[in-house]
Amino acid sequence: MENLQLVFPEIFLSLSIMFLLILGVFKNNSAKLIQNISLVTLLITAVITFNETISISEAKLFNNSVVIDYLSSFMKIITLLAAFLVLIISSNYLKTFKIFKIEYPILILSSVLGMMIMISSNDLIVFYMGLELQSLALYVLATFNRDQIKSSEAGLKYFVLSALSSGLLLYGCSLIYGFTGSTNFNIISTQLNSYEYALTFGIVFILVGLAFKISAVPFHMWAPDVYEGSPTSVTLFFTMVPKIAALSVFIRFLYVPFLNLIDQWQMILIFLSIASMLFGAIAAIGQTNLKRLVAYSSIGHVGYALAGLATGSNEGIQSSVIYITIYILMNLGLFSCLLMMKRNNEYHENIEDLSGLSKNHPMLSLSLLIILFSLAGIPPLAGFFAKFYIFKSVLEQSMYFLAIVGLLSTVVAAFYYLRLIKIMYFDKEKEKYDTDHSLWLKFSLTASTILILIYFIFPSQLIEVVSRINIIQ
Amino acid sequence: MNFPILSSLILLPTIGALFIFFTRSNKKENITVKYVALFTSFVNFFLSVYLWILFDQSTSEFQFVENRIWIKDFINYKVGIDGISILFILLTTFITPLCIISVNNSIKNRLSEFLIAVLIMESFMIGVFCSLDLVIFYLFFEAGLIPMFLIIGIWGGVRRVYSAFKFFLYTLLGSVLMLVAIISIYWISGTTDVVELYDIGIDVKYQNLLWLAFFSSFAVKTPMWPVHTWLPDAHVEAPTAGSVLLAAILLKMAGYGFIRFSLGLFPAASEIFTPLIYLLSVIAIIFTSLIALMQEDMKKLIAYSSVAHMGFVTLGIFTLQQQGIEGSIIQMISHGLVAAALFLCVGVVYDRMHSRLIDTYGGIVSIIPKYSVLFMLFTLAALGLPGTSGFVGEFLILMAAFKDNFLVAVIASLGVIIGAAYMLWLYKRVVFGKLINTDLKQMIDLNKSELFILSCLAIPTLVFGFYPDPLINTIEVSISDLIEMYNYKLASRL
Repeated sequence: MENLQLVFPEIFLSLSIMFLLILGVFKNNSAKLIQNISLVTLLITAVITFNETISISEAKLFNNSVVIDYLSSFMKIITLLAAFLVLIISSNYLKTFKIFKIEYPILILSSVLGMMIMISSNDLIVFYMGLELQSLALYVLATFNRDQIKSSEAGLKYFVLSALSSGLLLYGCSLIYGFTGSTNFNIISTQLNSYEYALTFGIVFILVGLAFKISAVPFHMWAPDVYEGSPTSVTLFFTMVPKIAALSVFIRFLYVPFLNLIDQWQMILIFLSIASMLFGAIAAIGQTNLKRLVAYSSIGHVGYALAGLATGSNEGIQSSVIYITIYILMNLGLFSCLLMMKRNNEYHENIEDLSGLSKNHPMLSLSLLIILFSLAGIPPLAGFFAKFYIFKSVLEQSMYFLAIVGLLSTVVAAFYYLRLIKIMYFDKEKEKYDTDHSLWLKFSLTASTILILIYFIFPSQLIEVVSRINIIQ
Repeated sequence: MNFPILSSLILLPTIGALFIFFTRSNKKENITVKYVALFTSFVNFFLSVYLWILFDQSTSEFQFVENRIWIKDFINYKVGIDGISILFILLTTFITPLCIISVNNSIKNRLSEFLIAVLIMESFMIGVFCSLDLVIFYLFFEAGLIPMFLIIGIWGGVRRVYSAFKFFLYTLLGSVLMLVAIISIYWISGTTDVVELYDIGIDVKYQNLLWLAFFSSFAVKTPMWPVHTWLPDAHVEAPTAGSVLLAAILLKMAGYGFIRFSLGLFPAASEIFTPLIYLLSVIAIIFTSLIALMQEDMKKLIAYSSVAHMGFVTLGIFTLQQQGIEGSIIQMISHGLVAAALFLCVGVVYDRMHSRLIDTYGGIVSIIPKYSVLFMLFTLAALGLPGTSGFVGEFLILMAAFKDNFLVAVIASLGVIIGAAYMLWLYKRVVFGKLINTDLKQMIDLNKSELFILSCLAIPTLVFGFYPDPLINTIEVSISDLIEMYNYKLASRL
């Protein structure tokens, strides 16, 4: 008998989604109720995940197609917490646009469920199933503000391009299945034969599909448009949560079945990483819309996370996980600021709207200042340490070129972060923004800022947690 | 010694800044805020003087060492000082309160934010000078960019945005390569602890690249020709207090880094690259002195003279002789005092006339005599007149240079002459001559606080000019041991 306890979080989450759907049908005006129940559900799921799985170093279920280990537990907990925070700080935004509906939390829960399945997958089919569950929910979320053309456009664009990449991914899966005779990651790894070029093709196709999901250059084209067009709260979700899941799939896919073929995929990852870092930094310079700018900056940050994966070592994986964790923290703070830039029921998202923010809202701009310097990777803020660990693991493998290009692109990236700071601090002030923000929004901004600021006092804690992730045995 | 005196030095200004941060809301409290900042920085100054008294001059061992685990199995928070670093700490704690007094006249808006930035800057700068771990050093070295960027950008002049960006990006670009080098050192030697690295040394085959990576950072910060162009811009646009911090302390981080890291960690590479440093130093001395001669903006002139003076410093460091390095350190301390004073002098007339152009002035000697006297003192100190601290440093550096390389020394000595030319010409045009601009008659002489600041700077300039022994005694043993270690490592190819 399988040990079902280990998939208890997923089971609980799916049951809650079904219950919430039924509740939404039978009860009128239940948006607020469902939002609250969803929040509680996310928290409970996180707690269950913590209790049931955190102590498991590795366990496999369902004919080895699902794996529970430190990586999956850690990533699931981050996913759940991030989704919780997104949901809780987006309610005011949704109410402003009159899209505070029951579907929103349910869609978020469904995509989170998909991500949890992705994170735990140890089989190409399970992985694909999770991927589609999360993607379908995300398409709808992107169009959630359906009265706005931009939002619909974003959703459609995302759908078409994402379907294309899913197709490539499936094609890659079928190639791999054809040449190894299995979809299970562990069996694939024993059936590898590096002389089969078609197998390399399979890997490349899957990498393309994954690179698309994580928006790494050159498969990033959808990201700026989708990020700009989607409602801000959904953009926040896009920039954070799916990336965690995609990154863990990246880790598992590269390091479980195909570790022995590292010579084949390492160059691809290095290319993806360098291209993303450079392109993200350079393309962001010309942006005037904050959400687009964040899109490019997130492309750059994904590049750094991939640099850790390109190393082929446990340290590299750990540094990527640390990077994505700190990145999520910074993004949460950044978007909390964006969600605070509201005046007369209208959200402002151009960079000129930051003008002179420091005079009108000193605390808000100070937080944003800290977050931006951290995103630029200036010590002693958390963002510096994220980059530091990445480059530490990259240099351990003597990949000097990657490290130097990465660090030089931080200088380019620093330029556009500085430009935002310049607009906030050096330019003339404009009208004030509203200050009646929800308590949770203030909380998430303050908490993320303070964590970023004081991370350097206790840098060991996160490392200790993450250092239990050892994918390469 | 159980009391963590160095950590307190680093932390105190930050605590002061936090205090200001939490009490600043009320506008009337500007005065209180200033007193808090002054109090903190003075306490810090006395603490560092106390440190100097406790300091044991007879050894080159690191003293007051604190060692705590910071990132497990990787980096320790390690601070400590030897004869080389203590003087820079003193300089930092001495200049900062003077900066804070000087804001009276120059900073009109957002005073409390300015003081917070200055205090945090002080923390970082002290941290740079006493960290004994490469990563900690890098952390402090880079972190200083944030407050300085804001100081230039928020309180600066017309072209402040351009200057702030240039300052930040230039320095960051130089520093990231140093970060690569630091991490590489960790993988090569297994530690980033400076003291351990001194003992075990770094494999010769890696040294050249590592040296160049450190050099890229220090060269920008020094600044050496041809990457000096950020300095005139930053100086001109920064508010007076910002220029003072920049000239007096920030530039010294690089000189300190050259001595501590380039010489201490990469002797073989330093030996190879000495001609490069000589070349760049000489170009800096001659070339920027000539540029300084042609400046019409007083601040720009002093900024270029700083580049020339730092050229002497790098020259002295890489002579690798006792006098040369001693001279460099004294030159840095002296330049810290004198350049700070000169920027303050410019600030004084700028606050009254709102012009930094030399043309605006002329013949002010009879209108503001006190100012003219002090300005003259610092002008003479800047050109290295015997009896001022500027002379001691330059003299020692040139003496060492003559022993090492005659041609370089001759050219550098020519630089001293050009230096005298531009400083005296500046003084002549500003202070003497006919009073043409009648607006100048309205000028008031130094007020009490300005007089206090300038006298505070004048006294050590003169004292160390006549009697440099306290400085030399402090650094002597550390430097001779450093050179001994350098030669030993060179001989044994470490």
